[in-house]
Amino acid sequence: MGLLNLTAVQLSAKIKAKEVAVIEALDAALEQIEKLERHIHAYVTIDWEGARRGAEEVQEKINKGELKGLLAGVPIGVKDNICTENLLTTCSSKMLKNFLPPYSAQAVENLKKEGAVIIGKTNMDEFAMGSTTETSAFGVTKNPWNEEHVPGGSSGGSAAAVAAGQCFFALGSDTGGSIRQPASYCGIVGMKPTYGTVSRYGLIAYGSSLEQIGPLCKDVTDCAAVLEGITSYDKKDSTSVLRKDKDFIKDLKENIKGMKIGIPKDYFGKGLSEEVKEAVLGAAKELEKRGASLEEFDLKHVSYAIPAYYVLACAEASSNLGRFDGVKYGYRAEEFHGLHQMYKKTRSQGFGTEVKKRIMIGSFVLREAYYEAYYLKALKVRALIKEEFHKAFEKYDILLGPTTPVTAPKLGDSLLDPMNMYLGDIYTIAVNLAGLPGISLPCGKDKKGLPIGLQLIGDCFMDKKVLQAAYAYEEARGRFVPCIDEKLKSWHS
Amino acid sequence: MEKKYETAIGLEIHVELSTKTKIFCSCPASFGEEPNTNICPVCTGMPGTLPVLNKKAVEYAIAVGLGTGCSITQYSKFDRKNYFYPDNPQNYQITQLYMPICTKGTLEIETKGGVKHISIREIHLEEDAGKLFHDQETHSSFVDYNRSGIPLIEIVTEPQMENGEEVIAFIKKLKFIIQYLGASDCKLQEGSMRVDVNLSVREAGIKELGVRTEMKNLNSFKAIERAIEGERERQQKILSQGGRIIQETRRWDDEKGLSFAMRGKEDAKDYRYFPDPDLAPLLISNEWIEEMKERQPEFRTEKIARYKREYSIPDYDIEWLTENKYLADFFEKTAELCRNPKKAANWIMVETMHLLKEKEMEPKELKYSPENLAKLIGMVDKKVINGDKAKEVFAHMFEQNTDPEKYVEENGLKAVRDERILQEAVEEVIAGNPKSVEDFIRGKEKVLGFFVGQTMKVLKGRGDPERITQLLKERLKEGL
Repeated sequence: MGLLNLTAVQLSAKIKAKEVAVIEALDAALEQIEKLERHIHAYVTIDWEGARRGAEEVQEKINKGELKGLLAGVPIGVKDNICTENLLTTCSSKMLKNFLPPYSAQAVENLKKEGAVIIGKTNMDEFAMGSTTETSAFGVTKNPWNEEHVPGGSSGGSAAAVAAGQCFFALGSDTGGSIRQPASYCGIVGMKPTYGTVSRYGLIAYGSSLEQIGPLCKDVTDCAAVLEGITSYDKKDSTSVLRKDKDFIKDLKENIKGMKIGIPKDYFGKGLSEEVKEAVLGAAKELEKRGASLEEFDLKHVSYAIPAYYVLACAEASSNLGRFDGVKYGYRAEEFHGLHQMYKKTRSQGFGTEVKKRIMIGSFVLREAYYEAYYLKALKVRALIKEEFHKAFEKYDILLGPTTPVTAPKLGDSLLDPMNMYLGDIYTIAVNLAGLPGISLPCGKDKKGLPIGLQLIGDCFMDKKVLQAAYAYEEARGRFVPCIDEKLKSWHS
Repeated sequence: MEKKYETAIGLEIHVELSTKTKIFCSCPASFGEEPNTNICPVCTGMPGTLPVLNKKAVEYAIAVGLGTGCSITQYSKFDRKNYFYPDNPQNYQITQLYMPICTKGTLEIETKGGVKHISIREIHLEEDAGKLFHDQETHSSFVDYNRSGIPLIEIVTEPQMENGEEVIAFIKKLKFIIQYLGASDCKLQEGSMRVDVNLSVREAGIKELGVRTEMKNLNSFKAIERAIEGERERQQKILSQGGRIIQETRRWDDEKGLSFAMRGKEDAKDYRYFPDPDLAPLLISNEWIEEMKERQPEFRTEKIARYKREYSIPDYDIEWLTENKYLADFFEKTAELCRNPKKAANWIMVETMHLLKEKEMEPKELKYSPENLAKLIGMVDKKVINGDKAKEVFAHMFEQNTDPEKYVEENGLKAVRDERILQEAVEEVIAGNPKSVEDFIRGKEKVLGFFVGQTMKVLKGRGDPERITQLLKERLKEGL
C-alpha cells in the first residue's frame, strides 16, 4: 500500500537507491489489479509474465548502473491503440482482437529505453472514438472514485488505472481531449503536448492531424518526466518536430511571477456547472496569489470547434480505418461469398456502432459533391480558431479554464444522449484543432466527491510554460488525496 | 453525303521511377524478387505506420518536369485517393490531386504531318499498388506487396493528338527524355511505362470534343497504334449510325484486336480525395530547382542536331546511337579520343551490340572503357594490327577491359610489316601451290583470295591483307 502512494519519480528514486526492488513495485501494482480489476476493468490485456520478465531485465540494468533515468523501474500502462511489439494491441475493437504488432510505437520504445516496465494495455473507447470508454468492445471501465460513473475517454482505462494505483503512470492519446478529459474525471494529471512533439509512429490513427500521445500521471512532476521521456524527433513520422527544449523537468519549478494568464469568457458560459466554475476560478485565484496576472477575454469562433472537429476527425478516420478489411490482419468474417461481401461482413461485424457512425460521417463529408461544403469549410474554421489563439497568445502566456463543463457522468447517460457527450468536449477540442499543448490537473471535487479538472493551455511549443503553471498551481493547492486512499476500504470489504 | 470525323487523343502515362527504395519507406524498389520479400509495416499498411517521402523520387519528378518544359510547383501536397481493393493495403493510394508537382509543360513532336506542340497538363507523384494473383483451381487470390509503394509519376497530356503516329511520336519523345534523365527504363512490355489512351471522335468542324473513352492494357507501340485505330473506328461507326458514345474505361485485347468495356461512368467511384495528414506539404526552393536545372543532360533532340554538325557519320548511325544515352556518351568519348567517329560508331553498333546480345547484357553493364576502344581503333588505323586480330583483341577487352596495346604486345599480335618476311611468306605459298599459280595465270583471278589466305596462315594471321594482296599480285604476274 505504501508503494502505491508514491509518484513515478519518487518510486524510481527509491528503486535506484535500492530501497525498493523493481519486482516489488510491479507486484504492488499487480496486486492492486487483482483486487480492483473486477470493479474497474481498466485493462484489456495484462502481460503478467512479460511484465515480470521486463522487471527483472530492468533491475539488472539498474544494478549495472546502465539505467539512471527518472522513470527507471516504473511499472506503467499503455493505451491499447499504441502498438507494443508482440503484445496484443486491440484498440478495444473486435476488429483487432487478435492483432499482435511486430513493432512498438516510438513513444513506447523511448519509455523502454528509460527502463519503464509495461504491465499491460489499457481499455479505451473503440479506436479512441468516444468520451466515456463505453464504446469499448471489451466492456466499460468504471471511475475509481465512484463505480457508477464513467472514467471519461477515450483514454479512460489509462486514467482509471493511474487513479486506482494499478500502474504508476500511463500513456494515452488525445485527439479531441482524450487524455485531459479522463484525467479530469479521474482526478489525475494528463497532458496533450504540442502537435509534433511525440512521434505518432505506432499510434493507430484516428484523426491524424489532431492527435498526440501524452502522459496520464499522479502529479505534474511525473507528467514532465514522462513527457521528457517520450519526446523525440522521429524520422519515421513526417509531422515530428525536433524539440531542443525537451528538458521539461529542469525548468519545472520556475517562478510564475508576472505570468499573464488569460481567461476565455467563452469557457465559462452556458452548460458549465457551478461547482466546476467555482473550483476553476478558485484555482485561478491561487495562481494570482503566486504572482500571475489574470484577465478575461473573448476567444472568438471557439463555439464552432465542435462541428469543425467532427468533420475533420471523422473524415480522417474514414480513410485511416479503411485498412481494416480482413485481408491482411485482424478480424475477418467467417462466411462470405467473394471479395465485396468479405469487406462488408468483416467491417459490419468488426466495428462497433460509434466507429461505424463516424466512418459514415467521414465518408459523407469527403464526397466530391460535399467536399467544399464540409471538409474545406471545417479547415477554414480550423484556421480561424488557430488565428484566434494566436492573437490570444500575443497577450497571454497561458489560458486557463475548465477541462470539462461537468464532472464524470453516470454510466449509460452519455450513450443515451450522444449530442451531450460530443458537447462535453467543448473546452478540449479547440486545443487539438490549433495543435496547442494543454494539461488537466485536479482542482477540487464536487458534492458527490468526483474530481474537477483545471485546464491550462499554452501556445505552440510552450509546453514548458504549461508545465510550470501547472506545477505552481499544484504547489499552491497542496496534496490532492488520491482515490485509492479513500476508496480502498470499501473495495476491500 | 458521308460525314467527316475528327479524333482527339489525350494520354495518361504512368512511369515507374528508378529509385533504389520505395516512395514512402526504405524497402528496396527492385523487381523480380520472391513475393512479399521487399515489404515492411509501412508498405503493407500496418496500423500505426506512417509514410516518409523519398527525396530521390521528388528529384526525378522535378527532372522530368523540367525536361518537358513544365513549371515546378513550389508548394505541393499529397492527397489520399480512397478505394477498396486488396492490392492497395491501406485502401487508399497516396497521390497528388489538388497540387501536382509539375504543371503546364509541352513537348514538340515531328511526324509526317510536320512539327506540332503537345501540351502536358500535369505530372504528379504517387505510389504503385501491389499485384494480385488469382488461382482458378482453388478459387483463391493472393497478393504480392513487393510493388506496393514503388514511386510512380503520372504524366497527363491535353487531348491534342489526332492519330496513332502523333501518339507514338509523343511517347517516344517522352520516353527518351525520361531515359536520358535516368528516371526510368520506360519499358512498355514490363509495365515500367503504362500508357492509357483517352480518345474521342466528333464531326469535323465541331469545336466541342466528343464523349471520350479510356483505353487500358496497351503493352507495346503496336498495341497502342492498333487500339487507337480500333477505337476510332468503333466510335465513328456508332456516331455515323446515329448512336451515342458511352464514357467508359475499356480494356484492349491485342490478340483479338478488340476492346471490352471495363466499367462505365455510372459506376464511376467517388474517391473521397483529401490531403494526406501524415505528410507535410512538399516545399521546393528556387535553389533546388536551379540545381536540378543544372543537372539536366543534353537530350536526344539536341544531341542529334549536334552530331549532325560535329560528326560526319550517316543519319542512321546518329539515330541509332542516340537511342541509348549510355551508348551515345560512350560513342562521344571514344570518337573524341580516337578522332575516328565512323569507326567508333561501327565498333559500338556492330561488335559491341553483337556481344551484348549474345551475353544478354544491358549497355550500362559494359565493362570496357572508351579509352581502350579508342586505343584499339588507333592501332587498326595505324595498321599496328589487322582487322581480324582487332576482333580477337576486342573480344578479350569486352570481357575484361584489357588494355589492347598491352594485350597485343604480350601476345605478339602485331602485324608483320617487315617486307622481307612478307616476301618470304609469299614465295613459300607460291612455291607450294604451283597448280593454283597456273590457274591464276590462266585468268582465274578468284584464286587470289586463296593465296591471301594461305599467306596469312604462314604469317599466323598477323599480316596486313591489303599489303599481302598487293605483293601477291605483283609476284604472280611474274609466274612461277
